[in-house]
Amino acid sequence: MKVAILQFPGTNCEYDTQHAFETLGAETEIIWHKSDAIAEDTTLLVVAGGFSYGDYLRSGAIAKFSPVMKAVNEYAKNGGKVLGICNGFQVLTEVGLLPGALKRNDGLHFISKHHHLKVANSDNTFLQKLNTDDVVNIPIAHHDGNYFIDEAGLQELETNNQVLLRYTDAEGNIQNPNGSVDSIAGVCNKEKNVFGLMPHPERAMETLLGSDDGVNMLKGFIES
Amino acid sequence: MTAIVNISLKAGVLDSQGKAVHHALDSLHFSNVQDVRVGKQIVLQLDSDDKTQAMADVTKMCEEILANTVIEDYTIELI
Repeated sequence: MKVAILQFPGTNCEYDTQHAFETLGAETEIIWHKSDAIAEDTTLLVVAGGFSYGDYLRSGAIAKFSPVMKAVNEYAKNGGKVLGICNGFQVLTEVGLLPGALKRNDGLHFISKHHHLKVANSDNTFLQKLNTDDVVNIPIAHHDGNYFIDEAGLQELETNNQVLLRYTDAEGNIQNPNGSVDSIAGVCNKEKNVFGLMPHPERAMETLLGSDDGVNMLKGFIES
Repeated sequence: MTAIVNISLKAGVLDSQGKAVHHALDSLHFSNVQDVRVGKQIVLQLDSDDKTQAMADVTKMCEEILANTVIEDYTIELI
């Protein structure tokens, strides 16, 4: 198991992400954005959270033109597993590897707190360690997490089981913190090898820090 | 030549910032405002005098990076 973690200027979750995956026994490598290759033995490529390029223009917009993104695109097109967390999710939508876009939160505030999420679909490798309708408690920390997709796009996501996570309360009832369409917290692509989510499962690895619900998510991310 | 690009959220995409500004105007008793949309303006200095070429170039810039056409519309003005 080898996890490659992308690092742009402004990325700030790469070391947390590295620590979390190493705790689970994975080998990790941090890849600077000027690199032009992804190692062939990579089992998971993570676009980590933070504020790539200072969030200038739009969150994730400038990262699209980083030298490493060409290799990321090829890796994904060849079926490689790609995970985007928070700013990584924003980058993946900007690049077009995931559908939709992330807008400013409806309440206009930066939200940083634990939030419950319900698994909408577990028939994919990412959430293979969880069951559909499971509720997990994972931190969110974002300003632009308001997922938008048009009506036709939403229909397509539903049809293909591409909505993987929704914001809920502890009982699994919809509770939408940021205005996301259909309370969506995470989506995957049609081929189910690219997954983006706003919450931070890598920050939910120990009960001492509030929750260890991220462990089973991360285990699923690194298994094929 | 100068190109002025105005970018705003598409009609039908909720503009929370516009809504907040509208509320603020309301509370200041500017009651004659029907709707507020907040956008951004990007001003580009171009080293070209060919308007047709400039329009084609700036349109390409908008499509590729300046706007996210999933949620945003743009207009281009050349001066």
